[in-house]
Amino acid sequence: MSVAELLADTQVCVVGGSGGVGKTTTSAAIAAGMAARGLRVAVVTIDPAQRLATALGLDELGNEPHRIEPQRFAEHGLRLAGELWAMTLDPKRTFDELIETLAPDEATREQILANRVYRELSDAIAGSQEFTAVAKLHELAQAGDWDLLVLDTPPSRNALDFLDAPDRLRAFFDGRALQTLLRGGGAGLRLIGRGTGLVLGLLKRVTGAELLSDLSDFFRLLGGLIGGFRERAEQVEALLRAPGTTFLLVTSPEREPIDEAIFFQRRLSAARMRLGGAIVNRVHADELGEDDGALADLPALLEREAGLSPPLAARVAAAFADEHALARRDAANVVHLTERLGAGVPLLRVPLLDGDVHDVEGLVRLQAQLFGSIQHR
Amino acid sequence: MLVPGLADKRLVFVTGKGGVGKSTVALALGIAAARRGLRTIVAELSGQARAAETFGVAPAAGQEVPLDGSGLYATSVEMEHALEEYLHERAGRVGDLLTASRAFHAFASATPGMRELMMVGKAWELAQDPRRISGMAPYDLVVVDAPATGHALGALRTPATFADIARVGPIAHQGRAIDVSLRDPAQTAVLAVALPEEMPVTETLALRRRLRETLGLELAGAVVNACLPERIGPRQARTVEDALPSAGGKRVASAALRTALSEHARASEQREQVARLTKGLATPPLELPYLFVETLDPAALDVLADRLEELL
Repeated sequence: MSVAELLADTQVCVVGGSGGVGKTTTSAAIAAGMAARGLRVAVVTIDPAQRLATALGLDELGNEPHRIEPQRFAEHGLRLAGELWAMTLDPKRTFDELIETLAPDEATREQILANRVYRELSDAIAGSQEFTAVAKLHELAQAGDWDLLVLDTPPSRNALDFLDAPDRLRAFFDGRALQTLLRGGGAGLRLIGRGTGLVLGLLKRVTGAELLSDLSDFFRLLGGLIGGFRERAEQVEALLRAPGTTFLLVTSPEREPIDEAIFFQRRLSAARMRLGGAIVNRVHADELGEDDGALADLPALLEREAGLSPPLAARVAAAFADEHALARRDAANVVHLTERLGAGVPLLRVPLLDGDVHDVEGLVRLQAQLFGSIQHR
Repeated sequence: MLVPGLADKRLVFVTGKGGVGKSTVALALGIAAARRGLRTIVAELSGQARAAETFGVAPAAGQEVPLDGSGLYATSVEMEHALEEYLHERAGRVGDLLTASRAFHAFASATPGMRELMMVGKAWELAQDPRRISGMAPYDLVVVDAPATGHALGALRTPATFADIARVGPIAHQGRAIDVSLRDPAQTAVLAVALPEEMPVTETLALRRRLRETLGLELAGAVVNACLPERIGPRQARTVEDALPSAGGKRVASAALRTALSEHARASEQREQVARLTKGLATPPLELPYLFVETLDPAALDVLADRLEELL
């Protein structure tokens, strides 16, 4: 199975998984591989390694994709028959842009952007970073300039944060209780309904008048965006559910990210979103299978067959025994993943590569693993 | 190596890039501190209760649970619980009334930064002597299993941000008190966890810079997790490489040679990253060995705790 097959009828590919499993580099390698197969591809990365960003020329400012010179890949033997575009998402700026688009009028927009709570704390709005990623994706999909969009999802401890984001943010804008609290029109603290007057009075004693005033301005101003926001959240969810949208799960072969991936799949299927496959990165190769007996004789074998000195033979054997234990662990975890994901979900294993992937050469190598070799489960 | 003297602090925030093993290091550091006779608590801010799970102890939301008999405790900090506790302690009946209001809960959970403020505030409260929450015993050391770098920095800044916006009133007052503690190197330390790889090292160096900018605090130390052993040197690696053709016929022998070379290549690349970090920090980080184990049980954590004692 190759990524090209997984993405055959896909216009939008969302790459999910928990932190530290190689999501960003995998996203970039997928985009490069599809561009090499003739597509016009844009990849939205979240936080690429500095060297990778530099290698791709992503250091430049700008919250829009720009085209990567094909020469950068050609130098490493990958001809981009199509086009590869890339950008690094600036969540704060994307959120600002979203506010600007959704604000009903100039005055509201200015007031929101000037509000102290918004300025100081908007990056702490629950789910905002995750939501900006999908909002950007939606914007690019609307533009229609690309055959395929690849979205790297924000780093978080919990892969589910990403799926929860539209709901959390919608709840934030929509919060019924909050609306009750702030209903009534007018400015600042005067917009108090009768039943909630008590609560606000008490609240003021805890927060102080100024914070409460800034907060209620903040909520009132954003309240003006509810209609537009709800619509956008619906569009975004529709995009994530569209038949041309495919999720790919990335994980490492360790137990924790694998459990997270299993969880993620359940949530995807509950949300009626399509999982195209799972990619297990950095799998230790199992050279022995269950034939552990060979390990005992290995030092002698290495001395005899490879002419190593006894101390060196012992070290090489020890390295092999340790790595073999990891290979067995990985294999067991991958079996667990396969069983849980079910037969319908293709699984791609990427062997542990010697060294990090943080430059174009590394991306080309990873790309070859993802696209080149047919791997059977 | 720089010895951060973490045993003398009250609050240690353990942070780093996602997936580097922050929770593992935080817990192992807690074990090391408890061995020293410090009454220690590991406070998880992620909503998980991994410390309790590792020790096979039933976690209870917001509760401080003993992990073993050694003076090591764990708690999973929850925003709602921390908020109710805070309001009750600060505002008594008024606080309880607020807690009972649905509108208030909506307000609190929608307020950006409130979650971070409450979580950091709770971690801070655990380190107060006497405790702010009546009837609770103080801890000598609070090890905070903090969110990933960016979020952790944001969270550490929240008390000051709220204090600035509120200017006066209880939240401003409290925010300022917490902020003073966080900025005081005698009380608070931030410990970075990295892997010997490009991105986590870069993020550690960025953390150090941003910590100075936002809190005026020096990074107390850095831990590089999961360092592969350097089993063979460069010359031995060449010997192994030269031996490859002769072992070609023997499947297991040649697989062993290739594996040893691959491990050597990865270990060498790791050395470069550790060297880069050492240069950037102007002091060597503490290295933790890669553990070739299936799961990190208390026995495996003990191995890491042995090493982490150096930081105390």
